[in-house]
Amino acid sequence: MTQLPDQNGRFGEFGGRFVPETLMNALIHLEESYKHFSQEPSFQEELSYLLKQYSGRETPLYYAERLSKYLGKAKIYLKREDLNHTGAHKINNALAQGVLAKRMGKNKVIAETGAGQHGVATATVAALLGMECKVFMGEEDTKRQALNVFRMQLLGAEVIPVSSGSRTLKDAGNEALRYWVSNVEDTFYILGSAVGPHPYPMMVRNFQRIIGDETRRQILEVEGRLPDHVVAAIGGGSNAIGMFYPFIEDQDVALIGVEAAGKGVETAFHASTMSKGTKGVFQGSMSYLLQDKFGQVQEAFSISAGLDYPGVGPEHSYLKDIERAKYVPVTDQEALDALQLLCRTEGIIPALESAHAIAQVVKMAPGLSSDDIVVICLSGRGDKDVESIMAYTGGKQA
Amino acid sequence: MNLIDQTFTRLKENQKTALIPFLTIGDPDVDTSVQIIAELEAAGADIVELGVPYSDPLADGPVIQRASQRALKHQVNIVSCMEAAVKARAAGVKLPFILFTYYNPVLQFGLDRFFEEVKKHDISGLIIPDLPVEESAELTRRAETAEIHVIPLVAPTSNERIKSIVAGAKGFVYCVSSLGVTGERSSFFVGVEEFIGQVKQYTDIPAVVGFGISNREQAEKFARISDGVVVGSAIVRQIEEAIPLLQNMDTRQEGLLQIRKFVAQLK
Repeated sequence: MTQLPDQNGRFGEFGGRFVPETLMNALIHLEESYKHFSQEPSFQEELSYLLKQYSGRETPLYYAERLSKYLGKAKIYLKREDLNHTGAHKINNALAQGVLAKRMGKNKVIAETGAGQHGVATATVAALLGMECKVFMGEEDTKRQALNVFRMQLLGAEVIPVSSGSRTLKDAGNEALRYWVSNVEDTFYILGSAVGPHPYPMMVRNFQRIIGDETRRQILEVEGRLPDHVVAAIGGGSNAIGMFYPFIEDQDVALIGVEAAGKGVETAFHASTMSKGTKGVFQGSMSYLLQDKFGQVQEAFSISAGLDYPGVGPEHSYLKDIERAKYVPVTDQEALDALQLLCRTEGIIPALESAHAIAQVVKMAPGLSSDDIVVICLSGRGDKDVESIMAYTGGKQA
Repeated sequence: MNLIDQTFTRLKENQKTALIPFLTIGDPDVDTSVQIIAELEAAGADIVELGVPYSDPLADGPVIQRASQRALKHQVNIVSCMEAAVKARAAGVKLPFILFTYYNPVLQFGLDRFFEEVKKHDISGLIIPDLPVEESAELTRRAETAEIHVIPLVAPTSNERIKSIVAGAKGFVYCVSSLGVTGERSSFFVGVEEFIGQVKQYTDIPAVVGFGISNREQAEKFARISDGVVVGSAIVRQIEEAIPLLQNMDTRQEGLLQIRKFVAQLK
């Protein structure tokens, strides 16, 4: 297993801590507390208990037989993160950071959210652990995802609409960081993706690697061997890094991250950070980034709010540069088609994010052989997206 | 000798402290910013911070965020900000310039080329609010060669980090008055005096206070316990309020005068 990040939080040249000085001691203290508490057997016990009894882990690795037959050749497995409590992999990380916050003696938590999945997961954990919770959400997103706003409020969280910048996920992240700067002494920031300043990318990966660890064990049990391809959607990249990490040393397992191409990478409306981005510093770390030549961050675009982000986790940038993982774009339309395909072949409505990963496998299928085994991380369920899909297709089926 | 050092030497001889205003370049447009810089000098400013507008200003509150957004609407960038310094100099402004910029625009410029341009544009110092000491080695090395001062920030939460942050620092140390982002406020970190004292223990260069200082009373209070004060959001707000005046040729002078008056009474 790779020993990265190094002591400065770097994955090669990526990562690090590019934040105002006010936060530096808090980040150092967070890293120390994480290392200390996560080693304690009682922390592991509490977290394992909650993941199992509260969230319903382990999640199944389901052989999607009808989808496999439809696509022709390879055996396709779905890692069912959508069956977690709150409907996505986000709860793995939120539970773990929540338990950590509690042990650090912090009773107030904050989070950023785009579509609302991480916000709902954090509000849920805050309710469960009896903590005060504020969720920052772009004003645009509060309108697009009004139901999730209410869901968070039902769970007792305060949702703070963010009206700065583009009023979406990146601005919610900025505002959460600004709030943290002002309230660093009593507040724990539950960051939702494998992005941000060190130690977040490392911590989130380690809290999400349960996805890959379970998958590895499950596929060995069923197939007696490792998969040929592991495919996951990537915005910031938390489900993908959690899925990839335990396979990094297995050189025969191809790791494929699928980013959102929106209306196409050749247009101005995409979120394809890996295909079209350049190296830069954004929200606390060095990574690939959608930006102009003067270093101004550009707005991303995707039908999927969870992938609609101009940055990407630093470890993914590293895996791309050392060519251990491959990153490919999938358009809105391809994702929508794949979503409907999965609905009809398997009776599973995937989240729009996860539909990008399925679309990539649809595109790869003609080149696969009947011996191939593919695992797709089905990171979340699609109930949250039904309304926007209806709006996009005008209520018609494609 | 770097202009910033000359300025502080002179202030010290006269037993005075520095008034350091901040403005966002390009708000409402670069030419107006150049004129405002001249007004700031006329109002008694000793050094001026030229703020580079940025899409994601993590350390800034709503006032400077809005100014950045306005400047970015007409494509103001780090190059136009450096050019503003040269224009101000050509217009007769004598005081030292500090470029206040987030790290990414510097990084995209390319560190080597950046320092050549900074020097060429007669800029004496840099403040990069998202570049903590752990990440700044590359930049500091080049800055030293170019004789540009990188002004370090210390925060009330820095504690044992203060020593390593100010070690080898040049120009002055920027003490952040309270927890939080930039913006006017009525209350400050309670231990701020002790905090500045701590900073002074580890360095002989001037210690300047900033973040939230917005009126004469606060400026006086902090000038008594430090070597100078930075006033940012309060001035940017004055500019924001004066925009209608500034954009009309008949009232432009009135707008500039308003800003000058506000700054003059801080001294």
